[in-house]
Amino acid sequence: MLPNGSKGGLALRTEHPNTAEQAAEVLAAADSEGLSVRPRGAGTKLGWGGPGPEAAIELTTAGLTRIVEHNAPDLTAVVEAGVPLADAQSAFRRGGLMVALDPPLGRDEAATVGGVVATGDSGPLRHRYGAPRDLLLGMTVALADGTVAHAGGKVIKNVAGYDLTKLLAGSFGTLGLVVRVALRLHPLSAKRVTASGSSADPVALQRSCYALAHAPLELESLDISWEAGTGQVLARCTGAAPQPRAEQATRLMQEAGLRSEIVEDDEQLWSRQRERQRSENGTVVRVSGRASEVARVIETASSLGGSVVGRAAMGLLWVALPPADPAVTVATIEQLRRELHPLPCVILDAPREAREGVDVWGKVEPGAAALMRRVKERFDPRGILNPGLFVDGI
Amino acid sequence: MHRLVEQLTRICGADGTIVTRHARDTYGSDGLLQYHVTPGVVVLPDTAEQVRAVVGACHQAGVPWVARGSGTGLSGGAVPVEDGVLIGLNRMRRVLQVDLDNERVVVEPGVTNVDVSAAVAPTHVYPPDPSSQIVCSIGGNVAENSGGAHCFKYGFTTNYVTGLEVVLPDGEVVTLGGAELDRPGYDLVGAFVGSEGTLGIATKITLRVIPKPEDHRTLVAYFDDTTEAGQTVSDIVAASIVPGAIEMMDQLTIQAAEAATHAGYPLDVGAALIVELDGPVAECDARFDEVVDICQRNGATGIRVAADERERELIWKTRKAAFGAMGRISPNYYVQDGVIPRTRLPDVLGRISDLAREHGLKVANVFHAGDGNLHPLVCYDGRAPGEAETAERLAGLILQACVDAGGSLTGEHGIGLDKREHMNKMFSEADLDAFQRLRCAFDPQGLANPGKVMPTPRLCGEVPGPYRQHPLEAAGVAERF
Repeated sequence: MLPNGSKGGLALRTEHPNTAEQAAEVLAAADSEGLSVRPRGAGTKLGWGGPGPEAAIELTTAGLTRIVEHNAPDLTAVVEAGVPLADAQSAFRRGGLMVALDPPLGRDEAATVGGVVATGDSGPLRHRYGAPRDLLLGMTVALADGTVAHAGGKVIKNVAGYDLTKLLAGSFGTLGLVVRVALRLHPLSAKRVTASGSSADPVALQRSCYALAHAPLELESLDISWEAGTGQVLARCTGAAPQPRAEQATRLMQEAGLRSEIVEDDEQLWSRQRERQRSENGTVVRVSGRASEVARVIETASSLGGSVVGRAAMGLLWVALPPADPAVTVATIEQLRRELHPLPCVILDAPREAREGVDVWGKVEPGAAALMRRVKERFDPRGILNPGLFVDGI
Repeated sequence: MHRLVEQLTRICGADGTIVTRHARDTYGSDGLLQYHVTPGVVVLPDTAEQVRAVVGACHQAGVPWVARGSGTGLSGGAVPVEDGVLIGLNRMRRVLQVDLDNERVVVEPGVTNVDVSAAVAPTHVYPPDPSSQIVCSIGGNVAENSGGAHCFKYGFTTNYVTGLEVVLPDGEVVTLGGAELDRPGYDLVGAFVGSEGTLGIATKITLRVIPKPEDHRTLVAYFDDTTEAGQTVSDIVAASIVPGAIEMMDQLTIQAAEAATHAGYPLDVGAALIVELDGPVAECDARFDEVVDICQRNGATGIRVAADERERELIWKTRKAAFGAMGRISPNYYVQDGVIPRTRLPDVLGRISDLAREHGLKVANVFHAGDGNLHPLVCYDGRAPGEAETAERLAGLILQACVDAGGSLTGEHGIGLDKREHMNKMFSEADLDAFQRLRCAFDPQGLANPGKVMPTPRLCGEVPGPYRQHPLEAAGVAERF
């Protein structure tokens, strides 16, 4: 079996543009020749999306690695798409700041800003700060016909023009190559402490998450996890005086029936949460649920031999299924979808053989799908960008 | 048009269809009174189905339409099209669902901003709070991606809309997003919010709400000039403090607003800075003294701390009255909405002051200081020959100064009619072309709020791809870039 992420073939050629204009030239040439193009960052999420045909050209952002601006006092930065997110964070940290994105960074922590934006991936900081879409102030994009366009700006408040940054975020490279983004930054908290609670009862876990989400604690993250018959709730408090809130959080956990404690040195807890959103040989399904469905998702995943990690208050859960024969994996995914219907279940990591056996995106409402197709046709009329990779065969 | 009016009357009833000239006239302007166009007919649908039928009828007849909420917009975004249909959504004001377990509320577009928070009170709140929140509608907020005083910490409308039911310009109804996050597909909710009524009409809106902050501490500090006040804002942000709101007023604004509210602001100070911390009690406690310190270090001549809710409201009342109070010092004013990187505040204010002097007009300044969103109020007398034109010219130069400083034409009011001619200051033809692709995907016929946002009328090719001349272009009616 091929490891996750393999397309099982090679692109005809690879292009490494150093500027937006060079990227646009590659695209324009491919467009006129009708050659398909696969945009690529560090390649940590190459296996995501539908298993479309192998592209003729791989267009990488490896030559787009400049941090163009870091305006710490203005809480903004402009970075090129190929900058590893970890490198951007190191630069921001020197100014006491962060971009509030902490998705799993993949092998060698190589995930790039562009790749995270293109896939809309997020981690525990989602609870407080939102997804890439919420943190993008502006964008430069190279379109299929060779147009280089900008949208948004680089100030933290701006409503001039259409918000193409949100359209491109999470579009999996099917509308254009994201070349450069302007980001909103946030202050790094001086102090952090996590309240941790555990229970083997999914309903008690959900109940505690309710209480924590609705208390005015201003949690930075509120996560849940479930593995091998037991679960955990993690509530991270940050700011100038996080300790009293962490204590309040442990009390709320206890009232919900959890055993709870305060963890001062909590970095490992959270990196583990992030890592569990990925799987090297197994399958990961992202469930778009609701806070009120957390227990049900856990029970369903558990009955299928899966584990769960995710954002409790948002109902956004990553279900990991163990490595199995592709036919078994496909059957398990289908059962998960049936039991969680109508919650959207998107397959992220999965062996190629399994991805070929299911629609990784699941069904999209027909009217919305038709509109998405019209958007695709306007931005990439010849369909050269990542053909077949996105929803509804886009 | 006559047949369309008959059809619209069948859809919306006689009491929901306005045909008489004087009644149509009242819908001729939005909050920006400089523009007035009488629509051909006004309809006031009561249900999503009526909206669908109205838009469908317009589509069939090829007649353009403009959707309108409460008409408080400040960019002319809801100004009607002559001989077009004006669709007023104020009758659709039902709160359809309140689901506090999942922190969601589903509303119709005519529900006012403040009524969303009322629907989830007392435990929760809907954070975006434009100054017009008592009357402005959520549908309008979605169209404009409205902000408010609290968006530096809490974000904008777009960060709170998770799902939309939209009537597209061809009369089709689509559901975009939902209560859940990260649904598969393009983020068309994100593309729709802030599209200024040019992509369709939202008939059902799903919003995220948050737990009400536990506590808030409010102060107003007075300074000799706006530079000191601006430095204070930067020092607060540099200390990793994220206030719920930081608002600044200059002397002219204070004088006008104080005359209206008698809140006790001194009239001889150069700037007033309202700082409000909100959040957990322990956090407010830990940081409030620091804020006071920072104000003092920057030369605050006085600091007034709100002792109770009544005093807090008084402090805020003055800020929220700022626009309306301008009538006391000037017969007319022209409000702008530029944004700059906050650290450029002293230079840009200096530039605005120079420009005002050169043009012989007064400019009062109110800012959402945390996020660098300026509201320069250009004061003029519309009865004095040429003064309105001078004011408009001055406002344009102020916008240029904002863009030159690395900022934006608009932070929350939108482009609308008012700023469309300035779009070229910020965006290239290639950028505008990319915008147009999105617009054409939603509205290939160009019937939804035509003439707004884009600097010149643009058409959609019949099929995407190679350039083809549109019949209207050939006739010289419109041009394409």
